[in-house]
Amino acid sequence: MKVLMFGWEFPPHILGGLGTASYGLTKGLAQQSDMEITFCIPKPWGDEDQSFLRIIGMNSVPIVWRDVQWDYVKGRVGSYMDPQLYYDLRDHIYADFNYMNTNDLGCLEFSGRYPDNLHEEINNYSIVAGVVARQQQFDIIHSHDWLTYPAGIHAKQVSGKPLVIHVHATDFDRSRGNVNPTVYAIEKNGMDHADHIMCVSELTRQTVINKYFQDPRKVSTVHNAVSPLSDEIQAIVPQKFPHEKLVTFLGRITMQKGPEYFVEAANMVLQRTHNIRFVMAGSGDMMNAMIQLVAERGIADRFHFPGFQKGKQVYECLKASDVYIMPSVSEPFGISPLEAMQCGVPSIISKQSGCAEILDKCIKVDYWDIHAMADAIYSLCTNQSLYEYLKDEGKKEVDAITWEKVGVKIRGIYEQVIRNS
Amino acid sequence: MKTICLYFEIHQIIHLKRYRFFNIGTDHYYYDDYENERSITEVAERSYIPALKTLIEMAREHGDYFKVAISISGVALEQLEIHAPMVIELLHQLNGTGCCEFLAEPYSHGLSSLANEECFRADLERMRKKVRQLFGQTPKVCRNSSLIYSDEIGAIVADMGFKGMLTEGARHILGWKSPHYLYHCNMNPNLKLLLRDYKLSDDISLRFSNSEWNEYPLFADTYMNWIEALPEEEQVINIFMELCALGIYQPLSSNILDFIKALPAVAKERGITFSTPTELCTKLHSVAPLDVAYPMSWVDEERDISCWLGNVMQREAFNKLYSVAERVHLCDDRRIKQDWDYLQASNNFRFMTTKHTGLTMNRGIYDSPYDAFTNYMNILGDFIRRVNALYPADMDNEELNALLTTIRNQDEEISALKKEVENLQMKLTKAEQPVPSTEETAEKPAAKKPRKASTRKTTTKKD
Repeated sequence: MKVLMFGWEFPPHILGGLGTASYGLTKGLAQQSDMEITFCIPKPWGDEDQSFLRIIGMNSVPIVWRDVQWDYVKGRVGSYMDPQLYYDLRDHIYADFNYMNTNDLGCLEFSGRYPDNLHEEINNYSIVAGVVARQQQFDIIHSHDWLTYPAGIHAKQVSGKPLVIHVHATDFDRSRGNVNPTVYAIEKNGMDHADHIMCVSELTRQTVINKYFQDPRKVSTVHNAVSPLSDEIQAIVPQKFPHEKLVTFLGRITMQKGPEYFVEAANMVLQRTHNIRFVMAGSGDMMNAMIQLVAERGIADRFHFPGFQKGKQVYECLKASDVYIMPSVSEPFGISPLEAMQCGVPSIISKQSGCAEILDKCIKVDYWDIHAMADAIYSLCTNQSLYEYLKDEGKKEVDAITWEKVGVKIRGIYEQVIRNS
Repeated sequence: MKTICLYFEIHQIIHLKRYRFFNIGTDHYYYDDYENERSITEVAERSYIPALKTLIEMAREHGDYFKVAISISGVALEQLEIHAPMVIELLHQLNGTGCCEFLAEPYSHGLSSLANEECFRADLERMRKKVRQLFGQTPKVCRNSSLIYSDEIGAIVADMGFKGMLTEGARHILGWKSPHYLYHCNMNPNLKLLLRDYKLSDDISLRFSNSEWNEYPLFADTYMNWIEALPEEEQVINIFMELCALGIYQPLSSNILDFIKALPAVAKERGITFSTPTELCTKLHSVAPLDVAYPMSWVDEERDISCWLGNVMQREAFNKLYSVAERVHLCDDRRIKQDWDYLQASNNFRFMTTKHTGLTMNRGIYDSPYDAFTNYMNILGDFIRRVNALYPADMDNEELNALLTTIRNQDEEISALKKEVENLQMKLTKAEQPVPSTEETAEKPAAKKPRKASTRKTTTKKD
């Protein structure tokens, strides 16, 4: 079975959970020997792992015919793409895009991030997808998150193949209810055109059904999983303070993640104990407000902001921690607690996060219940048995949640969709 | 001749309230009054009152023929006294019919039998006294919380003078043996053991109203036929359950009470009698000793203690609690003693279980075992602080005990000495009376005078 996937991020250059999920999901799916995956991203860097799928960089797909030499193409895109593919794609240009701002290869430039002109990039991505869909051979289209829904729809219209969309988040999660109408329109349009919708949790599924008015029969839940830790990460020696406990929050410091509840809970804990430190790692639009809040509460000496953590740093930070906390107000899934539990760190998660549906060996609290949150932190830091239990059992539980199983589930959905189309 | 031993237990815990760690040291009241009142009245109205009324009716109708045994935990008794005195009134009525035997069980419904012998003895003894006081009969048979039993526990119970004990007819203990005989404790042959027939008991308490059960609906005739069909030599059929099985686990709408009510009549037709545990222990001989090296109970499929002490959290809570057992035993602060009873209740540990039993479990106010553990540990933290505040924490328990006994003895010594002083003073005044000159002196120095006189007197005595 051949799958054409549209995504926005792919490791190692990732900005959030979407990249991690895309990687794990494709890798899990690729365990099935007859599965061929083509994954489109806006801008590959050349160091992506292409052992189990093929990556097409949308910034290397021509939409305007340019007469270029093989060697020149090879020099430009050779690090991540076969030059022959460039020529094949060039044969499928479907309209005159000369008015657009293309480069010397006839390609559009992408930032691959979430820039201010995001809507323009989304539109460009969809234009390029038209070329890809005309050239590639595939059985099904799979779009990840709203940024790529227009591309998915375009590809479906061009090829007539069924479209499956994967909802990693909705705008209701990101905005705490103040939905951006443009984004909502794109999301709704994608869902309306999709033959099947996969959601990362039951929570998201209910949002899709109730807020986007989708037929429950075409919406299913496919929970995320985690990739096993690499040897390099497993080899990291945790650096722990002997007499201090470390409570860590790791993620974007935005409204969606509920950082202020963490600060308030930390304040309550620090009123009673002094051997606990708190870390809020990450960056985001609420970071300065949080620094100010911490200062107002007078706990800045025990509350730290190390900034955005990358790659290996994330695991160093996790391994040094005694408690991981994710007080998200609305989290479609939330892979990070699973990663923490892999490292043997007991986790506290909000009941409003999707991963709470599949995790049992962790403490669940309501995001607004700072008393319960403080109590859970205190309990984990003072009661050794609870800490040990959740550390060991949590790891066992998470190790059983694999992408391979997710891949099997997705395969089932693909087959069902192809049968019905 | 077959005989049925029907036994019901009455126990409800005192619910703990939501207690955060920042309350430690400031709030010493741990109980959810609203929930306690609500739950006990609900259980009383839906189960205890109708069930006891039925039992009384049965006793009146069948006279001496029908027999039943009941035990009640101290904590449940306290709650019933406050919120549902009607239940106690009915127990008195049932007692008045003369067909009901009351058994003893640990006052707190706790796990002290697994931790602290002294504590267990005190717990059991207290309930024995309470039953005597309340119902005028001294229990000769006892049951441990949730029928926990092991050889050691049996030995302690036998040592306390009990003739029999109820426990579970667990398959992993019995093996090929049948629970329909009388057994005895392998460490003390004087203690007879009555083993619960879990199949027949659970048919009523667990499955009665389950419409998916292949025996549904169960009628008294069918049930008695099963008992009659047992081999001739198997004579004792022990049917033990909680009283709230009638009404709570099996709703009244399932006509469970009519089923129970019909039992004596259909038993009579088949020549099956009813007996109390004491009657069985005195009339029948034990067939064999029972070896129980590891504690068993009537809970879950495993019939062991894993639902209270199965994970590390439960064990930590348990060990922490009983680490202050001796201190609590030494002190005489009434509030601490009371909290001690309530905190010991085994249900508190059950809330922390992480076992998957397949049955949905009521965890009360807690939504996970971790939540239950955290709340309990917070309360325990405060409780232990209070206990430690009574006496210096760095002092050895034995040392403390020795000091306390000296203090207590000092008290006695002082009072003994005082008595002696009084006696001597009396003698002195008697001796001084004939002397006429002292009568005119004022009364104030009189207090001082005898002392001087007494010292003088002792010296004179020696001379």
